[in-house]
Amino acid sequence: MIGFWILSILLIASAVFCITAKKPVYSVVGLLVNFIALAAMYLTLQAEFLAVMQIVVYSGAILILFVFVIALLSSGVRPFDVGPDKAPRIAIPAILFGVAALGIIVVTAIRSNPAVVKATGQDTGDAFAFGSVANFGEALFTTNLLPFEVTAFILMVAIVGVVLIAGDEGPGGVVRRKKKRAIEREPILKKERAIR
Amino acid sequence: MSAPVDNYIALSAVLFFIGVVGVIVRRNPLIMLMSIELLFNAANLALVTYARAWVNNAGHIFAFLVITVAAAEAAIGLAIVAVTFRRSPRVDVDEVATLKG
Repeated sequence: MIGFWILSILLIASAVFCITAKKPVYSVVGLLVNFIALAAMYLTLQAEFLAVMQIVVYSGAILILFVFVIALLSSGVRPFDVGPDKAPRIAIPAILFGVAALGIIVVTAIRSNPAVVKATGQDTGDAFAFGSVANFGEALFTTNLLPFEVTAFILMVAIVGVVLIAGDEGPGGVVRRKKKRAIEREPILKKERAIR
Repeated sequence: MSAPVDNYIALSAVLFFIGVVGVIVRRNPLIMLMSIELLFNAANLALVTYARAWVNNAGHIFAFLVITVAAAEAAIGLAIVAVTFRRSPRVDVDEVATLKG
């Protein structure tokens, strides 16, 4: 229980730091603390495999991507300028509405569900215990094989999209390069014809 | 380790709210993307909590798929930010109006 409170304070503090930090790099640090605390939280919920995935995918891949883009954007001749970073006019009513929704959720959660997370399958040394890699893998590759395959497809689409968007010359760059190549090729073709 | 389910759900709601505030208030596209990651994480926490409460690992599978989608979303979002920055020095999301009719 104490662990839960420490972790939740850490989670909330790092999330608040992440959204209030002036510079994106500080936000990334806050986000890193948040992800690792969340991985620890998954461990308290017996989701061992997900905790490892959280650290590998989020802290390992996504955050590195963020850091990479920040470094890329601030390394050029121009400074990375986001303008005044002022909140839009709708922010205040939106936040008030959000606070109301949050209150409703929290109150409902506290009132309706007094169930306690009971410890099951703990310390049995069973490889197929709930949340273990074996248990997770069996569910992923038998019952949920189709969603898994679709996920692979989504990742492939994402890769193609990223290469297309952020390729050499940005949007339209592919087309431009093809035209250039065609122009370059023309004299060669003429020469070939002349030789024949 | 036994905290009530509602504690986890309330924590998840609070994290989700912080993420929403980040998306609404900040105009820096990088920090907005990070706030979206916070939203994904809050949803994942709720999924894992209920998976644990009903000892059913469907929630774990769903959370895993959410992590994959979050990775794809971050990659594409960051690519868009990089392209926007290359086209104009300002990357304030309110100023990016090229797609407006």
